[in-house]
Amino acid sequence: MVKAEAKSLSFYYGDYRALKDISMVVHERKVTALIGPSGCGKSTFLRCFNRMHDLYPGNRYEGEIVLQPDNANLLARDIDPIEVRMRIGMVFQKPNPFPKSVFENVAYGLRVRGESSRRRIEEKVEQALQDAALWNEVKDRLHQPAYNLSGGQQQRLCIARALATDPELLLFDEPTSALDPIATSSIEELMHDLKERITILIVTHNMQQAARVSDFTAYMYLGDLIEFGVTDELFIKPKMKQTEDYITGRFG
Amino acid sequence: MAQDHASKQYDLDLGSIRSRVLAMGGLVESQIRRAIDALASGEVAAADEVIASDHKVNAMEVEIDGDCSQLIVRRQPAAGDLRMIFAIMKTVTDLERIGDEAQKIARMAKNIHERGAAQAPPLVEVRHAAEAAISMLRRTLDCFARLDADGAAEVIRDDAGVDHEFRAILRQLITYMMEDPRTISTALEIVWIAKAIERIGDHAKNMSEYVIYIVKGTDVRHTKVRP
Repeated sequence: MVKAEAKSLSFYYGDYRALKDISMVVHERKVTALIGPSGCGKSTFLRCFNRMHDLYPGNRYEGEIVLQPDNANLLARDIDPIEVRMRIGMVFQKPNPFPKSVFENVAYGLRVRGESSRRRIEEKVEQALQDAALWNEVKDRLHQPAYNLSGGQQQRLCIARALATDPELLLFDEPTSALDPIATSSIEELMHDLKERITILIVTHNMQQAARVSDFTAYMYLGDLIEFGVTDELFIKPKMKQTEDYITGRFG
Repeated sequence: MAQDHASKQYDLDLGSIRSRVLAMGGLVESQIRRAIDALASGEVAAADEVIASDHKVNAMEVEIDGDCSQLIVRRQPAAGDLRMIFAIMKTVTDLERIGDEAQKIARMAKNIHERGAAQAPPLVEVRHAAEAAISMLRRTLDCFARLDADGAAEVIRDDAGVDHEFRAILRQLITYMMEDPRTISTALEIVWIAKAIERIGDHAKNMSEYVIYIVKGTDVRHTKVRP
């Protein structure tokens, strides 16, 4: 089952073409990893999915990203980016909790959505924290500032915040590069659990991480999609020499 | 594997492991040859030397395996490198077994000649089969060094020839044993030698299968369809 599909997607930062005619599917309830050297366009590609680029003038999309089941082109002018971001959550490289309490961080998206029932918000917050495997660690300090949490906990808080609004697709932009190995493992474990209900697209610099967590992997280079395939096959027997050179460390 | 790794040390480590596999292969090949020569010449001292040298082969297996584990831990090899390391770890197992077979041949040669070769059946066919098996081993090592999948496929096909020789030797020995029961002890020992040679062919074939895996990424073990 396909959750999203990029169709001949190109992206321009002003005159610079950062993505070149990318066509690729994102399978539903699977983890898809985007790998490639710095500047290959993987983060640019990821950010197209929730229209992050709209925040800057001069950026331009060509082509489509079609989201299922409603077959909606996320990049269409008549689609409200805010709507897109309700359905597609994002977790960044560095944990970026709001300067609020743990509880309010997670409740934020719900309030923005107009949820006013205190009981429903409490339920949702607990559920999201449970799903982010953080509940047991924070249930006694829900009203303390989020900044008091450790880096790994803050990152799981950001995941809980993203989960609270029931997204269909979750985007991870190098979610563990600022975390230690233990915190990294817990995030990876979490991705594994989350994919039972949510589709995940992750950008990572760490190839071993891509090999560990993903079902599908895409290798990008200079804005081109070089190879896309089942992760195990791509890491054992890549089809393209360029992919082989990159994943075996023969690059550059 | 033409281009070098960004890490020079990685190239050096991998290159060192590969060349030691070839050295181990060379040692094993000379072990078989000396064992077969001892069988023909009856030089017990030469047979003893083969028997005594087997520990060198074993030590190389242990050392190469250790270095492969270390490389996996340090480099997390992927794709072609991963297949190479994986194949090397299997190759050294086969080479070590070939070493055991050479030792077995040397032991049987010693038994035969200590008993006195008066009633021994002729050994021409055994020598012939041994040459075929040694050739398979040498070519498979060559294919490993040059990453030659076509040559490896040829070695795999040639294994049927060695198997055929083994059955021919068996039939011939049965004839001898029926005609002159005094040849039975020696004939049985020759059967073991012929079996050892046949096994060497099997191991060489396995190694060629790993070469194909390294080059093409396809696993041709236990398949009827030959590459």
